[in-house]
Amino acid sequence: MYKYDQYDQAMVDARVEEFRDQTRRRLEGTLAEEHFRPLRLQNGLYLQLHAYMLRVAVPYGTLNSAQMHALGDIADKYDRGYGHFTTRQNIQYNWIKLEDAPDILADLAKVEMHAIQTSGNCIRNISSDHYAGAAADELIDPRPYAELLRQWSSFHPEFLALPRKFKIAVIASETDRAAMRLHDIGIRMVKNDAGEIGCAFYVGGGMGRTPMIGPLIRDFVPLDQLITYSEACLRVYNRYGRRDNKYKARIKILVHELGADEYARQVEEEFALLLDQGIEPPLAELERIKAYFADPDFKSGLTEELDRSDPDFALWVDRNTHAHKVPGYVSATISLKPTGGIPGDASADQIRLMAALTREYSFDECRVTHAQNIVLPHVEIGRLHELWSKLEEAGLGTPNLDQIDDIIACPGLDYCSLANARSIPVAQKISERFAANGKAGELGQLKLKISGCINACGHHHAGHIGILGVDRKGKENYQLLLGGCEAEDTSLGKITGPGFDEDGIVDAVEKATDVYLSNREDGERFLDTYRRIGMDPFKEALYG
Amino acid sequence: MKILTGNDLKSGAVIWWTGRDWSIHVEDAVDVGDKADEIMGREEAARRVNVPYAIDAELDADGKVRPAHIKDRVRALGPTVRPDLTLKPAEPEALNWVI
Repeated sequence: MYKYDQYDQAMVDARVEEFRDQTRRRLEGTLAEEHFRPLRLQNGLYLQLHAYMLRVAVPYGTLNSAQMHALGDIADKYDRGYGHFTTRQNIQYNWIKLEDAPDILADLAKVEMHAIQTSGNCIRNISSDHYAGAAADELIDPRPYAELLRQWSSFHPEFLALPRKFKIAVIASETDRAAMRLHDIGIRMVKNDAGEIGCAFYVGGGMGRTPMIGPLIRDFVPLDQLITYSEACLRVYNRYGRRDNKYKARIKILVHELGADEYARQVEEEFALLLDQGIEPPLAELERIKAYFADPDFKSGLTEELDRSDPDFALWVDRNTHAHKVPGYVSATISLKPTGGIPGDASADQIRLMAALTREYSFDECRVTHAQNIVLPHVEIGRLHELWSKLEEAGLGTPNLDQIDDIIACPGLDYCSLANARSIPVAQKISERFAANGKAGELGQLKLKISGCINACGHHHAGHIGILGVDRKGKENYQLLLGGCEAEDTSLGKITGPGFDEDGIVDAVEKATDVYLSNREDGERFLDTYRRIGMDPFKEALYG
Repeated sequence: MKILTGNDLKSGAVIWWTGRDWSIHVEDAVDVGDKADEIMGREEAARRVNVPYAIDAELDADGKVRPAHIKDRVRALGPTVRPDLTLKPAEPEALNWVI
């Protein structure tokens, strides 16, 4: 994985010292909150319901064991013994003291990490496929290009004050595991008829209060024009994006209002101008980055045989492992969704254990997924049982990847100052309900996603079943959505009808799954059945 | 009644105006009537509170202060999903007060 060069390290170290000075001045009283707030937000430090919250960037979700270990140590030393992995492939700490924040950033810098651009109207952490560099179905490894975009977008002076925040995802498989078309820019590596690899650009997707699926703006951008075309996309947005209305300021609104064709035409115009300016990084820089993502020293001739005599282990293998490009290996997902647990939370001890397992079983690399789980990308099949046994012992062996209890949930009203309703208790109740009624296994793939407000950090629009918490006359109320999907067959969920209270929404989810079980045909997932039979049978079951 | 809340500048902890000082316990909060702006301006300038604001509250059946909105009740107690991290870890029934 990528290693900082002297420029990266010097920039991050300088930023730590700059923030240390800003914090000192704030605590001394020479810097007022109105002036300090944008500075702390630029360093990922929010003020949430109970304390300051620090959001740490995990570039395209990739960590080495030293970084993962440091995240566990920070949870112990500065927080309350746990961290929360987010739907942006980052980690958040909920109980940070302002006076500790510079020291935390210094600890992060020691392991080549930071919290820069995890807030504010700038280009945020680049996200990617959590199986990148390992998946059997990928065209090429998208991570070097994600890293190139990270370097281009970090401290880019033109794009630090955009109309609104900006999120980019890069994938290189036909299967979309990164919700690519629900990003401001979604990039998919593709091969053209001449056999050349380039990028398809989807621009103007997003969730939030106005969810939109990003339309295709250009079907092929040569790899050596990736940054130039990205710059053109950003420039048109930066020039014409709505700055007069926060709720209409995302690029999706601009693309929608202009129309995808007109937006694309303007981007092409800008692109033509930029091509003459030679802003694309030299090929040598890309080659330098690529070298860091060379395959680890995979063994050949490994066994692909598995002893499936332990049914619990066999179930975990079936559900939580993914095909690898090298025979004898798989990618293994560590679920952070135990029954009744808090989605995405891990204790400091669990984080350090995952760091140790990363080192021992996965060539010193792990990934944070947008579904709030952790992936060990390169695990020998012959060592899976040993790995699983250690995970089981630590409460990390839940076999539920993409099942109904593998729930995405934002922090909700338990932590977030923007939330209108609590998300986590709903996730816990649903998880417990389906563990008790024994239906979870019967349902197969069913992605359930919960947001505590319309900002949609819990991706409710993209859940096969989505839940949106709202404030209804001072009471928590939950709307149910069906039919969303973040994968390559992207779709947005539709609201079923009137909302439910906290217990009612759990009943409603169970009723929806019963409709599926009664109507499904061979091989159909919940989503497939919904798409075939439509909303009416579900409405009938829910509202009579 | 109107009560004042904000966060401690250094720790970020949720605090409530008691009439003389700030407390982490909402039970200590007092009705500030129409003095909210005056108190907030003074206390913020003195860095005894960060981002203060006034909220509606009422006295419950036991005569204890209860913020009108659930968001402020969650702030007052702590995350409902981690009773061990609330101000009343030994009183699980305190969660009913929030909801």
